[in-house]
Amino acid sequence: MSSTLPTDRASAARAVDLTKVYGTGDTRVVALDSITCAFEQGRFTAIMGPSGSGKSTLMHCMAGLDTATSGSALIGDVDLTTLDDKRLTRLRRDSLGFVFQAYNLVPTLTALENITLPMDIAGRRPDKDWLDSVISTVGLADRLDHRPNELSGGQQQRVAVARALAARPAVVFADEPTGNLDSRSGAEVLSFLRRSVHEMGQTMMVVTHDPAAAAYSDRVVFLADGRIVDEMVDPTAELVLERLKRFDVSGASVPGARVGEDA
Amino acid sequence: MSPEPVSLAPASEKTPDMVRATLRNLLAHKLRLLLSAVAVVLGVSFVSGSLVFTDTIRKTFDDLFASVTADVTVSPKEAFDAGFSGTVSTAALPASTVQTVESVEGVESAVGDVFVEGVQIIGTDGDVVGVSGAPGIAVNWTDNENLTSLTLADGRPPRAAGEIAIDADTAEKSGYRVGDTVRLLTPALPTTAELVGVFRFGSSGGLAGATLTALDTATAQSLLPQPDTFTSVSVAAQEGVSDTVLRQRVREALPDGSVVVRTQAQQTEEDSGEIESGLQFFNIVLLVFAGVSLFVGSFMILNTFSMLVAQRTRELALLRALGASRRQVTRSVLAEASVVGVVGGVVGMGAGLLIALGLKAAFKASGLEIETGSLVFRPRTAAWSLVIGVVVTLVAAYLPARRASRVAPVAAMRDDIAMPTKSLRWRTVIGVVLTSAGVVVLVGSLSASGQRAASLVGLGVLLTILGAIVLSPVLSRPVIGVLGALYPRLFGTVGRLARDNAQRNPRRTAATSSALMVGLSLVGAFGVLAASINASIGGLIDRALGADYVVSSPQQAPFGAGVATALERLPEVRSVTRQRFGAARIDGSTVFIAAADPASLAQSITVDYSAGSAAGLTKGLLVDQPTAEAKSWAVGDRVDLTFLGGATASLPVAGIYEPNGALGPYVVSLDTWEDNGGDTRDSFLYVNLAEGAAPTDARPTVAEVLAAYPNLDLLDHAGFKEQQRGQVNQLLFLIYALLALAILIAVLGIVNTLALSVIERTREIGLLRAVGMSRRQLRRMVRLESVVISVFGAALGLLLGVLFGVLLQRSLAGQGINDLAIPTVSLLVFLVVAGVIGVLAAIWPARRAARLDVLRAVTTE
Repeated sequence: MSSTLPTDRASAARAVDLTKVYGTGDTRVVALDSITCAFEQGRFTAIMGPSGSGKSTLMHCMAGLDTATSGSALIGDVDLTTLDDKRLTRLRRDSLGFVFQAYNLVPTLTALENITLPMDIAGRRPDKDWLDSVISTVGLADRLDHRPNELSGGQQQRVAVARALAARPAVVFADEPTGNLDSRSGAEVLSFLRRSVHEMGQTMMVVTHDPAAAAYSDRVVFLADGRIVDEMVDPTAELVLERLKRFDVSGASVPGARVGEDA
Repeated sequence: MSPEPVSLAPASEKTPDMVRATLRNLLAHKLRLLLSAVAVVLGVSFVSGSLVFTDTIRKTFDDLFASVTADVTVSPKEAFDAGFSGTVSTAALPASTVQTVESVEGVESAVGDVFVEGVQIIGTDGDVVGVSGAPGIAVNWTDNENLTSLTLADGRPPRAAGEIAIDADTAEKSGYRVGDTVRLLTPALPTTAELVGVFRFGSSGGLAGATLTALDTATAQSLLPQPDTFTSVSVAAQEGVSDTVLRQRVREALPDGSVVVRTQAQQTEEDSGEIESGLQFFNIVLLVFAGVSLFVGSFMILNTFSMLVAQRTRELALLRALGASRRQVTRSVLAEASVVGVVGGVVGMGAGLLIALGLKAAFKASGLEIETGSLVFRPRTAAWSLVIGVVVTLVAAYLPARRASRVAPVAAMRDDIAMPTKSLRWRTVIGVVLTSAGVVVLVGSLSASGQRAASLVGLGVLLTILGAIVLSPVLSRPVIGVLGALYPRLFGTVGRLARDNAQRNPRRTAATSSALMVGLSLVGAFGVLAASINASIGGLIDRALGADYVVSSPQQAPFGAGVATALERLPEVRSVTRQRFGAARIDGSTVFIAAADPASLAQSITVDYSAGSAAGLTKGLLVDQPTAEAKSWAVGDRVDLTFLGGATASLPVAGIYEPNGALGPYVVSLDTWEDNGGDTRDSFLYVNLAEGAAPTDARPTVAEVLAAYPNLDLLDHAGFKEQQRGQVNQLLFLIYALLALAILIAVLGIVNTLALSVIERTREIGLLRAVGMSRRQLRRMVRLESVVISVFGAALGLLLGVLFGVLLQRSLAGQGINDLAIPTVSLLVFLVVAGVIGVLAAIWPARRAARLDVLRAVTTE
């Protein structure tokens, strides 16, 4: 099943016949099976699916962190599969933002320094007004001089979100951004992500297994066995949960396909 | 909680990715252990190398002395043991001794032996055969096969004046064959002789680098200071007469107190005993360097195990949670350490053979060639290597092991794990106390003297270094802050991160740089000392040298008196001052004493007298100020001297002079010296040119005379300084070469720590790469961290080194090292070298970091 391309918005990122295979012969595992999908500009897309469905692999390939076996992963018009490490690194630095589940910050740098890190690495000056608005959006103005170990988990993740947004990337990728947070902090972080999409026009792609988190998105893409099996626009937590329950009943999860979830 | 967390693992391991990850993990683990074993290997190899090398030399000499063939040997009695080499007694046995001994009951035969030093063969290439400084020995040929260690290999024995035989090694090196005319230097005059025979010496044939010339007895005797004498008498016993019995009989037959009679066993022991004590010193020096290497290496082991334990915190905590006792955890870490120790010990033992070969080569290169047979590997070497390897590793791993046992079981369940860290407050206190104690002891050593001062300096250096090691984690943050201040400005965020990483774990940074610190503090101390000695020599020569030229051999080996006589005949030469050195005994202790021509001394060497003058030297004694003060002597007091040959003299103090490096503490006249049986060879000649003869004009004439003596150098002021400094620098380079090993270990320590840091920071590096840090930037980050750590260690070490050097110079100020010189340029070079070392040490860890798979790094557990 492939997703329909919305006509009203240009896509910020696209997967075209994206395939990822691990191993050969008996140990051959297809993590992504010829996925074609578009992620619209200025929208919050959640990727969901049972364990081993390939959702993390999809994100890693789209974000240039993993290399596809075949097919294309495009950011704007740039096909990541054609880039060498140097160009890929530059693209990540200049056009992409990342929020990971854990270990998101450099412990030796202050919150502010962590936020401006990608721009500092690039040797670019951050846009002061934008930076201020990002910082005030995530509500960290009074914590900027603190080091990560002086911040709570939620605060750390908000710093990570601010870092992802600060450079105005084309797409922000978030891999289980609330996985390590309690529900209140998680909700905070998710609403920042949502506000950045709706107020700043950011494109956002979030991998999550939490229906509550998916409810913050504009659109949910469901994966199972490396294929897109369904999608949902303007989801609610209940609808997402309902949809996920059907995976459990059908037993769609294949044990051998757990690759990419944990490593 | 899941009841079966373990059973999940096999499922995921089935995937090829996990298998690979596990393998890689294991390999990385092996690699870490290997790296820490390298430290043990290097330290142990130096110990084993030192032992093998000295055993090899010892065997060479043992073989040499095993060739004592006489059952009983009679030697003239020396008044005392001079204690330093190069002092030769002219005490001799009258020829009649041979007859007296022959008539003793039980004596089969007795022959008189002549042993003369300073007979050198000039090779076909015009140079002295053999390495410079190696002794050139002449002996008389003895036909009695029972009483000689020489076996004729070619030609015939020397029978008359103008005939010589030489040992096979020398023949080979010189290119002479039987029948050739050979040029040779003797204590008297350079001469020529016909080579009539070639012989082998003892069982091995060689003489550990010395050259051996055999002459007929009369000619050999003519080279001795006293005519018709022997240097010893070799006795063969009749069948059935034991050495001990014969020794007793021979002793009774000879005048009491004038001779020493030894059995074969005693003589062998006596001969090798002297070498033994020389070797012992040498062995100690090598082992000190081995100790430094091991000390430095133990930091590397400590560091490695600390990091291994830190990385395994979760695993260890799990073990604890499952019921492992603290002791079991400690033991598991120590067990790992013993394996590393044993492996390191065994490999180090083998590597020691390479070090021994290297030492041989190093000694050859520095002109101290000792010809040895194949390497000697004794069981003792193996035992020490293993014991040292295991003990050092266990000691170094003990602290981390104990820390491992303190890991709380709950850490297994925590997400971010950190080893319990103690505050640095106690460290600061202990470090400051140790360092202050060290400095106090060092300063205290200034007022002590002799042996006591030396041990105080040693203790002070050790305490200060230990204090600095304890303090360095405290210092690392601020100092690296200062050193790395330019980093952010020069290298932006990459520089900033590098500096922060270096400051992040002060203990680790300190332990990494401590190795370099210890090495470079010694480098710095020796550097300052050598520079001060050189400056003092320069200053001394400028102040004290009045002569136009100095004649000496590069190794300052004494040479024949004929040189001075030949120079004195030149019309351009106004006077030649001969100077000789030797030992004498005053007030029950052996002292270094110089003898010089009283008449021309004042022209050659500027001496400042605080009392008296050189006028009374002919029949008197000159003493330097500190000695006179210590003994409360005044001009006119009589001093009793005993010379090596046993002669005694009571000399009045004629003058007291300011300390003078060219003279030493005591000076007597040449006449007094010769009258009392002193060595008749000269060590230095000071040549004063006649009025109106310019040094540049006279040089060719003087050089022509010396052309016959290729072993001697003609030196003007600049050349003399150069020669003197050359010796100091040669020694300095030798010390640096030995210290290079400690530095090599330090470098490996940095490599090790960085590599482990990279592994430890895998996720952080992954994050940096994910948010856009390029491989180049990452490599630079690791490199900059390495450089700042290296420079920190080097700066601290050099600072300490300068402190030690200055204090050493101060404590030696009375002994001729009067000028302090700090070799700023060399020190800065060392600092730069430390930076380069940092760059080199980072190559591999940086590459490793850059190669990290970003995805694996960010998702890794």
